[in-house]
Amino acid sequence: MPKDETNEVVLKVEEIYKNYKGKEVLKGISFEVRKGEVKVIIGPSGTGKSTLLRCLNLLTVPDKGRVYLEGEEITHAKKNIHQFRQKIGMVFQDFNLFDHLTALGNVEIGLTRVKKMEREKAREKAQEELRRVGLEEQANLYPAQLSGGQKQRVSIARTLAMDPKVILFDEPTSALDPELIGEVLEVIKNLALQGMTMVLVTHEMGFARSVANEIIFMEEGKILESGPPAQLFSNPKYERTRQFLHKITELYGE
Amino acid sequence: MDKDKDKGGENASLVSLTFRLFVSPPLFNFYNYKARRRTVTENLALIFQSLPYLLEGAVVTLGLVGGSLGLGLIIGIPMAVGQVYGNKYLATLISLYVWFFRGLPELVLLFLFYFGLFTLWGLNLTAFTAAILVLGLRSAAYQSQIFRGSIQSLGEGQMLAALSLGMKKSEAILSIILPQALRVSIPGWSNEYAIILKDSAITYAIGVMELLTRANFIATRTYKPMPIFLACAVIFIFLTYGGVKALNLLEKKVRIPGYAYGRREI
Ligand SMILES: Nc1ncnc2c1ncn2[C@@H]1O[C@H](COP(=O)(O)OP(=O)(O)O)[C@@H](O)[C@H]1O
Ligand SMILES: [Mg+2]
Repeated sequence: MPKDETNEVVLKVEEIYKNYKGKEVLKGISFEVRKGEVKVIIGPSGTGKSTLLRCLNLLTVPDKGRVYLEGEEITHAKKNIHQFRQKIGMVFQDFNLFDHLTALGNVEIGLTRVKKMEREKAREKAQEELRRVGLEEQANLYPAQLSGGQKQRVSIARTLAMDPKVILFDEPTSALDPELIGEVLEVIKNLALQGMTMVLVTHEMGFARSVANEIIFMEEGKILESGPPAQLFSNPKYERTRQFLHKITELYGE
Repeated sequence: MDKDKDKGGENASLVSLTFRLFVSPPLFNFYNYKARRRTVTENLALIFQSLPYLLEGAVVTLGLVGGSLGLGLIIGIPMAVGQVYGNKYLATLISLYVWFFRGLPELVLLFLFYFGLFTLWGLNLTAFTAAILVLGLRSAAYQSQIFRGSIQSLGEGQMLAALSLGMKKSEAILSIILPQALRVSIPGWSNEYAIILKDSAITYAIGVMELLTRANFIATRTYKPMPIFLACAVIFIFLTYGGVKALNLLEKKVRIPGYAYGRREI
């Protein structure tokens, strides 16, 4: 994958801790994401991957630790956090499209309501983003009239429209029928080729291997090991990583 | 003759009383076509004469219903939002409000506010205004629970997605949560309309000149309760089902395509 040569750090987390009612879910997570980089987070279910992603845009507030966006600490932004969130896109496992709006309306609303863009301009940009994910024909359909794959592509377009610095994907294909997974992965792959900075939680190992600059293996709220895909797949440091990769590849295929 | 018969039955058993109440009058009338026909004509004439007066009462009733539903809506929506998204003090305060207004009979509330609190607070309100306030404050308690249920039925993903786009919470509530929650609320709201409409008749007790008060006024002056209350009932039925029908149409009109009766179409 092309890696942007500017070594600018877009997103950085330091020593993130989070517990739910005394149950420690994140136990000191640190990593950084550089511009144009694709980080893939893998790990068993219940390990805290979703919680970690939500800590990155402060949808969940970590108990301890710091989050930096382009060098600026956002952990304690409080009332201004919405300004930073505009720059951090998020794509959810179950899409979370706004059910009362058309595909176009879903992409447009961030532009008109958050960026305060004029209606005409917002519409144009929204149409362009829908074209980018191959859905200009479906612009006027409502979420309930779209297939799962189409819904996820609309949600990606909705995020893209905000021109984010980085996009977080939380298992973007896990809720999809197998035959619809490909179209969504293709869109994400294209984004990677265009140099979009991304953090991706996924179980699609073949895909992870082909787009990731680095794979992070998380277990029980900690990063067990991380490295370039080739190294992690062929020569992991820990037996645990090998076991997990083996199991997940059997389960989900390449 | 009718009256003689009534007097004769003073010691009647329950059985014969029942017989006289439900069976005897029609039988009796059956042998009195002429009298009956005359009565029917008189009754119809009375209804037609009273109709403008009763319809004015229906307008007052609709004013009561519109006013209190509107007040309930304006207070009920922020209450629901406060209960779901507010801090725990606000949420508790709102629960107390709901607890109070749902725990008392409507008539007690009317008397308490109209004769008690409003006077105590130095408010010199007409019975009509007082009734709208009391019914409205009470309806707010019920409506807030309709809206709260609808908001909670949406699932937290909608809010998360809105926040992740960079919306403020207030913006997300206004442009994402409420447009959906209000649609979901229409059936419950339509039910609230029907309930308030029927409850509005109780304002008779503080002398609001609504439909029932007027019907009763005519009935006591003409000694002809049956035709008048029948007319009153027919008007109420029209108002109830007319309003419900209109709200059903509204629900169809704002329904999100792809969903039919809450289920997916395709
Ligand atoms: N809002 C929450 N309240 C309580 N517990 C939570 C909450 N969110 C996540 N958890 C718990 O945190 C753990 C990690 O969850 P999650 O981050 O969703 O894991 P993953 O995405 O890796 O499957 C789980 O045990 C889950 O039950
Ligand atoms: Mg998860």
